[in-house]
Amino acid sequence: MSKVTNILVVGIGGQGVMTATEILAEAAIALGHDAKKTEVAGMAQRGGVVSSHLRFGPRVLSPQIAPGTADVLLAFEAAEGLRWQHMLRPGAIALVNDSRFVPPIVELGLFDYPADPVADMKAAGTQVVAFDATTIAQGLGDIRLGNTVMLGAIADHLPFGADELLACVLKRFQRKGEKMVALNRQAFAAGRAAVGEAQAATA
Amino acid sequence: MAAVMPAPAASRLLMSGNEAVARAVWEAGVKVAAAYPGTPATEMLEVLSTYPDVYAEWSVNEKVSLEVAIGAAYAGSRAFCCMKHVGMNVASDALMTLTLTGVIGGLVIAIADDVGLSSSQNEQDSRYWGRFAHVPVFEPADSQEAYAMTLAAYTLSEKFQVPVILRMTTRINHVKGLVTVGERLSRVGAGFQKDPSRFVMVPGNAGKRIPLMFQRDKALRAEAEQSAWNVIEPGSDRRVGFITSGPAYMHVKEVFPDAPVLKLGLSWPLPFEKCRELAALADQVVVVEEVEPLVETELKAQGIALLGKEILPLQGELAPPVLKPAVARLLGEPVEEAGPVVRPAQIFPRPPTMCVACPHLGVYYTLSQVRNLNIAGDIGCYTLGAGHPWQAMDTCVSMGASMGVALGMDKGRGESDKDKRIVAVIGDSTFLHMGMQGLLDMVYNKANVTVMLLDNRAVGMTGGQDNPGNGRDIYGEEAPRVDFAKLVEALGVKKERIHVVNPYELPTLFKTIREEVKVPDVSVIITDQPCVLIKDYHKLKPFEVIEDKCTGCGNCLDVGCPAIHVTRRAKEVKPSGREVDLAFVRIESSVCTGCTLCVQPCAPGAIVHYAPVSPIKLVSKEGCSA
Repeated sequence: MSKVTNILVVGIGGQGVMTATEILAEAAIALGHDAKKTEVAGMAQRGGVVSSHLRFGPRVLSPQIAPGTADVLLAFEAAEGLRWQHMLRPGAIALVNDSRFVPPIVELGLFDYPADPVADMKAAGTQVVAFDATTIAQGLGDIRLGNTVMLGAIADHLPFGADELLACVLKRFQRKGEKMVALNRQAFAAGRAAVGEAQAATA
Repeated sequence: MAAVMPAPAASRLLMSGNEAVARAVWEAGVKVAAAYPGTPATEMLEVLSTYPDVYAEWSVNEKVSLEVAIGAAYAGSRAFCCMKHVGMNVASDALMTLTLTGVIGGLVIAIADDVGLSSSQNEQDSRYWGRFAHVPVFEPADSQEAYAMTLAAYTLSEKFQVPVILRMTTRINHVKGLVTVGERLSRVGAGFQKDPSRFVMVPGNAGKRIPLMFQRDKALRAEAEQSAWNVIEPGSDRRVGFITSGPAYMHVKEVFPDAPVLKLGLSWPLPFEKCRELAALADQVVVVEEVEPLVETELKAQGIALLGKEILPLQGELAPPVLKPAVARLLGEPVEEAGPVVRPAQIFPRPPTMCVACPHLGVYYTLSQVRNLNIAGDIGCYTLGAGHPWQAMDTCVSMGASMGVALGMDKGRGESDKDKRIVAVIGDSTFLHMGMQGLLDMVYNKANVTVMLLDNRAVGMTGGQDNPGNGRDIYGEEAPRVDFAKLVEALGVKKERIHVVNPYELPTLFKTIREEVKVPDVSVIITDQPCVLIKDYHKLKPFEVIEDKCTGCGNCLDVGCPAIHVTRRAKEVKPSGREVDLAFVRIESSVCTGCTLCVQPCAPGAIVHYAPVSPIKLVSKEGCSA
């Protein structure tokens, strides 16, 4: 049976989850794969939960990733990583931005935000690599670079090379000038390095 | 949106179902396209407006959009209209007679069913419109098919002079897949040819058209029997065969790659003989359809032995995790535990929120502070007012329903609500869509209702589309702008009962609402500040909280702005002995846009400008009299 790769990208409406998945899809297509990308958009754009599914391979039928079959989970927010960890296949990896976006429903005291979502994931047996993409992006001077940091983070966990993905990322910023291209190149490298370092630290 | 150069023919593009349909509509040489925004259908027209040589419009509602398309099709041009499933309910009056006149230029109606309710008030199966209105229905299974079937639908529409429905679901509209595109057809319509016996549907004329419609049904069924869109894949594992359509086909193929399958692409009229052929190939047959048992019921009536909703749910998507165990149980096989090794985490829900500085925050904060209200709500971003912390909306039914429901609540008062004040809350675009008639009804029938007309100059929930209330058309060009104060006055609301209020000025808003709910008449309070996501909105200097000054009272949290975060919680015992929960806060200044809504209820004056103070500037009230 032909192998289809399942990548699940999750976060909060407005974080750029759908764009990140689209860039991943473009990279897969550039390499000759068939690809389908799906999410439930609509109200999710307003601070709600967003989960974006990407499936690619020789031929993709159903666009949805079934629970327990994701090959990689890329989480833009810590609690969202925890929310979707059951989607991973046994032994697969979760790459989690360990920064928190606490919703009004928690601020109002109606629900609790988990004390340590990444620890909860590890306790459940999930293989997690956590890093702080938000701080990295701020360090580079623009929080909006977080999206590219996240794509750098997944770059070494794909069935194709990081350069393919980087090319697709930079293509998006070509029209915005050399400076933006250089910044995004830096952000991508920083995301890659952050995951590499976090993995080395736990190895 | 400005027109752009469309991608050249033979390009292979990553497109959503909506983008694929828009491309095909353009290629089909369509001249007129009309729609009202609605998730998940909205992008079809948005994208179409970027193509050259096609007239696109945002219509005020779905019925008008269909009528615009009908006019163009009568004139011999190809026409398109699209809507979400509930939009078709609104447009159906036109459809049920359109089917008698038929069309000259091809007319395709794309209907997006929100299977799984990602952004809708109900879940409907629009395939029934095909049976009800005696018109053919196509059901694409991915973006490439959405593209190809749209083109095929125009050919079929003109061959039989019949409007054609393209039935999509969220899992087609919003899924991106690869599409190979083609050339635009150059097509000039013949022009309108007068024919009262066909186009003037009075009883004498309509009665003669009905037998023609039934004849057409027969011809269309024969077409479906030999259509290349209805394909049998014989398979090799004959234990269960499937009859399926739309995205469910992909799920069937994913889970049962070797089973016999009849894929219905042109699913109405049903090709009975092809269904019998499939049934003969397999020991058992299961119909996999989202969401109602339409095909199943029809085929059972034909005497074909099969299963459907006995083993599959009547609600939601029939994705592999649903389909696989259902069929395994049917075959008496063990239900495979292919599922997760890790259980889903039990954590807080994260419902959609209103935006930072949304003008609706001021309205709902105020409504939540006024006692003794029953609030009839409506459909838009402001439906979120039913949620926390405001809980200031008590009903939500259909577009414009707040008007009629409020009137009915007023006239139908029971013992418990004889002293209640009735309020209706409706947005600008919803009001223009279907609210005006309800307001007229209220005035005419002497209601005691206060209407909150939230004019944020955008169709907010679907992404801020333009509408007659904001003075721009679908291309972003200047268009006549409705004056809401004059409009409601023309509908009969007394001038002294009409107030235009800035929703960021809480004391004025509070005073106006409290006074108007006491007046036994129809009042309309119009709020006039724009959606924060559109270009009319101007950011102001952000705020921050002085930590030492915050007393933890939590008043600011009651505004419901997502930029306010709790830093610590504590408990305090009041002199009366009552224990009070305290929540000390901070403001995420990087996202705060300085609307002042949290500043106003802050008693200790702990919220100050993050940057040096400058005068607060809100957008002008131009365009609103009163």
